[in-house]
Amino acid sequence: MPIESVNDFVIRFANVNGSGSASANELFARAVLRMGVPVSPRNIFPSNIQGLPTWYEVRVCEAGHLGARGGTDMMVAMNPQTWAKDVAAIEPGGYLLYDCTKPLPKSKFRDDITVIGVPLTAITNSTYTDPRQRQLFKNIIYLGALSALLDIEPKVIEQLIGEQYKGKEKLLSSNVHALHLGRDYTLGNIKCPIGLRVRRADTVGDRIFVEGNAAAALGAVYGGATVCAWYPITPSSSLADAFTGHCRRLRHDAETKKAKYAIIQGEDELASIGIVIGAAWNGARAFTATSGPGVSLMQEFIGLAYFAEIPAVIMDVQRAGPSTGMPTRTQQCDIISAAYASHGDTKHVLLFPEDPAEAFDMAAQAFDLADRLQTPIFLMLDLDIGMNHRLCRPLKWDDARQYDRGKIMTTAMLESGVDFGRYLDVDGDGITYRTYPGTHPTKGSFFTRGTSRDRYAKYTEDGPAYQDNMQRLLRKFETAKDLVPRPLQANAGKPTKYGVIYFGSTSPAMDEAIDLLEARGHQLDRLRVRAFPFHSSVASFIAEHDFVYVVEQNRDSQLRSLIVNELSIDPVRLVPIVHYDGTPITARFITGAIGDHLDALKVTPLRKVVS
Amino acid sequence: MTYVVKPKFHHPELPKNKLGYTHRDYEGAVSTLCAGCGHDSITASIIEACFELSIEPHRVAKISGIGCSSKTPTYFLGNSHGFNSVHGRMPSVLTGANLANRDLIYLGVSGDGDSASIGFGQFAHCLRRGVNMVYIVENNGVYGLTKGQFSATADRGSKSKRGVVNSDSAIDMVGIALQIGASFVARSFSGDKKQLTPLIKAAIEHQGAAFIDVISPCVAFNNHAGSTKSFDYVREHNEAVNFLDFMTGRPPIHVDYAPGTVERVEQHDGTVLTLRKLDAEYDVHDRLAAMSFLHHHADLGQIVTGLLYVERDAEDLHGHLNTVEAPLNALSEKDLCPGAAVLDKINASLR
Repeated sequence: MPIESVNDFVIRFANVNGSGSASANELFARAVLRMGVPVSPRNIFPSNIQGLPTWYEVRVCEAGHLGARGGTDMMVAMNPQTWAKDVAAIEPGGYLLYDCTKPLPKSKFRDDITVIGVPLTAITNSTYTDPRQRQLFKNIIYLGALSALLDIEPKVIEQLIGEQYKGKEKLLSSNVHALHLGRDYTLGNIKCPIGLRVRRADTVGDRIFVEGNAAAALGAVYGGATVCAWYPITPSSSLADAFTGHCRRLRHDAETKKAKYAIIQGEDELASIGIVIGAAWNGARAFTATSGPGVSLMQEFIGLAYFAEIPAVIMDVQRAGPSTGMPTRTQQCDIISAAYASHGDTKHVLLFPEDPAEAFDMAAQAFDLADRLQTPIFLMLDLDIGMNHRLCRPLKWDDARQYDRGKIMTTAMLESGVDFGRYLDVDGDGITYRTYPGTHPTKGSFFTRGTSRDRYAKYTEDGPAYQDNMQRLLRKFETAKDLVPRPLQANAGKPTKYGVIYFGSTSPAMDEAIDLLEARGHQLDRLRVRAFPFHSSVASFIAEHDFVYVVEQNRDSQLRSLIVNELSIDPVRLVPIVHYDGTPITARFITGAIGDHLDALKVTPLRKVVS
Repeated sequence: MTYVVKPKFHHPELPKNKLGYTHRDYEGAVSTLCAGCGHDSITASIIEACFELSIEPHRVAKISGIGCSSKTPTYFLGNSHGFNSVHGRMPSVLTGANLANRDLIYLGVSGDGDSASIGFGQFAHCLRRGVNMVYIVENNGVYGLTKGQFSATADRGSKSKRGVVNSDSAIDMVGIALQIGASFVARSFSGDKKQLTPLIKAAIEHQGAAFIDVISPCVAFNNHAGSTKSFDYVREHNEAVNFLDFMTGRPPIHVDYAPGTVERVEQHDGTVLTLRKLDAEYDVHDRLAAMSFLHHHADLGQIVTGLLYVERDAEDLHGHLNTVEAPLNALSEKDLCPGAAVLDKINASLR
């Protein structure tokens, strides 16, 4: 039976990268959104520019679930290279849209799916002669076909094309023409609509559709970052690109047209973090955008910033594995390497945004935290939220908000005769005063070193002085626990002995899994951790439950290790639920893994089994 | 000498500069380097240059990497902020500091291990970006702090103190600096303070990436027969192309020279360098000729010193980036935050 579903299905576009399909596919997602139905699109792309397979998956879901669902109800198979795999991936009863210009043997298809052929190449070639035009408009033609098949309002797509090509009339009209070529052929030759349909709804509200990297970059603009140094690395490059774009629009002096920012593409990640540390040492708000391998390269400098107590913001857009291949796939696999980055005894503050809106908030907050705590702050994004458009609440800013520049000893304070010791803890919170270079002709200068020094920044290799400093750094980390974003707890409808801890991009899949688990009769309290060091409520949440699942997207259950290590929790109490094949975690996976474990806990008496 | 605390008193009639400071105001802690170390002479030249230019000490940021040379910022300008960063990474830290506040003077101190080996990349890239700085390499051809291993500037065929002959070819930092676009390139010798001090002064005045390679013999590990970085060797093979006398705009020192031997070098910011030419053919504005001259004399076993190249219209990194005149670290919420109204518009564009 063909699948019948309105406003709830997954469609996947199988393309060849470099063929210009991305903008047509994005147009599809936006059109559904404009009809008031939430979508969550995901790019699945290779580490390559042209010629390799790439997929774009759109989950259409009126109920508002934004996590990856798993499975494909309709495949738009545009890549012969992956044909067999793509056809096999369709759910039974699903649909296949393909280019039927060249006949294919029956063995290439399946009996349990609906096959829809549109002669895309034939239509394209009879209309266009230029090879690049043929390639690009073919994408718009299949979009036209889809609008007929799925009952998408053509006016909505036309309006989106109009917005995209505003002022470029020729491009605008030729795109609209291509759209109707595909739509008209399909309406005239195929029974429309099919079982999968989009129906106008009103569940998007005032939400926005934005990539996490772009939102984090905007957060850096709002948070007052003036220096950005970075080295190209997927999936973080678009963050630095977005920061550059935002700054060009928002950060030039109205009169002089001069830039109120400096962006350096470093020669490597070492130089990038060095520039950030130098700028922050000198009182500017600075950040770098990178990914796991970049964090590995920055290790020595991160330790220096920790010991020398220099603010630095590191936006880590996480991905899988080193070298090529998996690096274009998502993971949450840098938790341990970021939390304990560098040699010696070090610990760092990590922030875990769940979506672009929180990426914006936390990016801006990271600069306040870095200045307040005088230490590196990691914003732990990942490819799933960083490089995909995600529906989220509008970004918010309070105009009354002041930047927290932390404890800065000013010229006036030095003049008044305050006892300045760069590493002197006068307030008992482990945080000491610093001076910017050039503050005063005779007072307040100090020498910054990574190695041991006394409270007045004088060089010493004296053991007690070193220990004194290391203990103060621990006090500072304690202070951080109450400054970083608190965990958010949501309890099940009924009291339960079981809980779940999760973080970051796992959020939408986890929310959906809670509903699915409840349908299976399982109740779970949940805690979304939003930062490290852990707030005391993390320990109490674990104490209140017999078992707590820790759901994360890496092999070694890194967050769980961090909880065990930092909160001295018996590991038996924390059950790892890990997903690490490079695809975003799904509600189906979580429900299966936790559900099976909970089912197993419902002990069936031996007598019953035997009889 | 580390246990000696420097006395604070000084001779009441020590000469004062325009700001009323004496030499002592430009000094730092007592050096902990070996007695006779070439690096201490460079420290003395830096102090002299800053004193003579009447620079406010706290308006200088001194940044270094790791090694004997990188320890020296502790020994001068005690009222300046200093940063002993990590090995080979002074250039990036300095670049960031310079971006944050374009109004300070940036003095980067490094060594041959720090800049020609572990930090070769950063050395190259900060010069090609045109960071407004004085980049001094205290070059002794040897790793001093780790007891005498060859560095990448050690000449092929030179002999270590243990008798090992270096078989790797040497990196000529001046040659590299010229090739990658430093806008001020000089070489000097720690034993020639008369030549070095004016070069440091000129480098400070230069608005752009100024690089000075200072041959600075290591008395502990590289001052023996067979070394090409020893005091004796450098004195014997020093081929000075010019001598920088003074800068106008400062109290001039009147010296008479034979006509045709003095060249006035105007810098972009209006300062004028007066150059006494020892080699009449040498043109400090010709990058290509300078490179060729260096290669030619290197083949003859000579070490060319002096101001080797200066670009007439140098522009620094802030110029390339078109940054505002105010230091970036002085900008406030008002300057930097676009505000809620703009954010609402951005939200609207994302629907």
